[in-house]
Amino acid sequence: MAEAKSAKPLPRVDEESKGFWEACRRHELYLQRCRDCGRFRYYPRALCPQCLSDRTDWVLSSGRGSVYTYTVTYQNQAPGFRESLPYVLAYVELDQGVRLLTNIVGCAPEQVSIGMPVQVVFDDLTPEIALPKFQPAEG
Amino acid sequence: MSLAQSAVIAGVYEHPTRWAPEKTAYQIHAESARGALADAGLTIKDVDGYLTAGVSPLGVMTLAEHLDLNPRYLDSTQIGGSSFVAHVSHAAAAIAAGLCEVALITYGSRASSERFAVGTGGQSPNDPPDQFEAPYGPTLIGAYAMCAQRHMHEFGTTAEQLAEIAVTTRRHAALNPVAKFRDPITVDDVLASRVVSSPLHLLDCCIITDGGGAVVVTSAERGRDLKKRPVRILGAAEALCHTSSGVRDLTAMAAKQSGPRAMAMAGVAHSDIDMCMLYDSFTITVLATLENLGFCRKGEGGAFVQNGRIGLGGALPINTDGGGLSSNHPGMRGIFLVIEAVKQLRGECGPRQVNNCRIALCHGTGGMLGLRHSGATLVLASA
Repeated sequence: MAEAKSAKPLPRVDEESKGFWEACRRHELYLQRCRDCGRFRYYPRALCPQCLSDRTDWVLSSGRGSVYTYTVTYQNQAPGFRESLPYVLAYVELDQGVRLLTNIVGCAPEQVSIGMPVQVVFDDLTPEIALPKFQPAEG
Repeated sequence: MSLAQSAVIAGVYEHPTRWAPEKTAYQIHAESARGALADAGLTIKDVDGYLTAGVSPLGVMTLAEHLDLNPRYLDSTQIGGSSFVAHVSHAAAAIAAGLCEVALITYGSRASSERFAVGTGGQSPNDPPDQFEAPYGPTLIGAYAMCAQRHMHEFGTTAEQLAEIAVTTRRHAALNPVAKFRDPITVDDVLASRVVSSPLHLLDCCIITDGGGAVVVTSAERGRDLKKRPVRILGAAEALCHTSSGVRDLTAMAAKQSGPRAMAMAGVAHSDIDMCMLYDSFTITVLATLENLGFCRKGEGGAFVQNGRIGLGGALPINTDGGGLSSNHPGMRGIFLVIEAVKQLRGECGPRQVNNCRIALCHGTGGMLGLRHSGATLVLASA
């Protein structure tokens, strides 16, 4: 399993995204909100794409949301993924309104449906990188 | 001066190959250039503008060298499979501005014989958005599949309705002697084919071939006494769609912006369009494009494609060559949309000819629906 994980591409952390990935390493999901226009954004970046302000707040997300859409991938020839088939690729809409691309884990692929409540979990790929994924929410 | 008054399409050529392990991609470009220039009645020495995409990031230079061209206008716009649709309007704009007079657009690829994993390969994690996407394993097909799933959820679109698009274009391919797959298929065949990325089946997906083509754009004045009657460029527009900082509607396409702009420039209504060439990477691409271009309302695409409406003899025939689902798809299909539309407008399509075809619309989609994609729309008319 460790081998399959390492074959998948890792996020290339850069100056704009390192705050996000450092929080993920602590198993916390943080979203950026523009201090000037108040909009949440995802993915993280230095300047607000709505108003180009560089005044940004990092807001701790509850990590709760729902499946906006998904697909069960049965074919991917890339190393790391071909060993993991089938897997669920999805957009999850967080309670803050932004949608992020992710995987749904912790249930059989055929159990996933649009609107399903989900909760973030972190997949520790390396000591530096924990990837936020989502599993069915409890309760 | 408007595009329509300035520039015309003078020649086109679709390379007949679907499998060319004995050729190079450069050779396919060159053979296509020869074909389109011959169609126009021009020679390579007449070319003073050159546009291409796809060979490599600097491919416009290496290909110009391969063809020994020294153009005064260059364009390597790379916006995915729609690039070559955009190149037509870029060439027309350059001609209108006096930057060149005879612009050559070429495409060539050996996607099939080089075994490119076009739809089911991995993504690189290097650019800023990719680091938040690539680790999750999005494939090209997976990105489109998520749009299809959302469309089904919101509007009740069915797998049978999507399959109808593949069945119709296969029927068209049967009338095209160079189409790769010409045997008829049924809705049941599509539904029985394996699921590549749910809800998309193998027969919902474009095929992979080798191939290429070329288009020659020239000034309206120069076009007047060439070999073929020129095709007029009435309207053109481009647009992009991306995840919009995390809030984008996955059933909305760039076509929603570029379609109305191109039609307004052309001064035509939907009822004026005699046929459409729509990028058909997947059946959902066609269905969503019809909605976003405004041929039907959002959510009504499923019903729109049924009952023969998009087939030859229907109200709006699409992809009369068989499209990327059945005829050819060497990775980036935009140029074939233009080539088939031009042939239809010149009445050269034999058994697959649309009756009295006067105005055609081409819409290219490049990149990945669901992540980020481009749209390029052209409205063309017979002289």
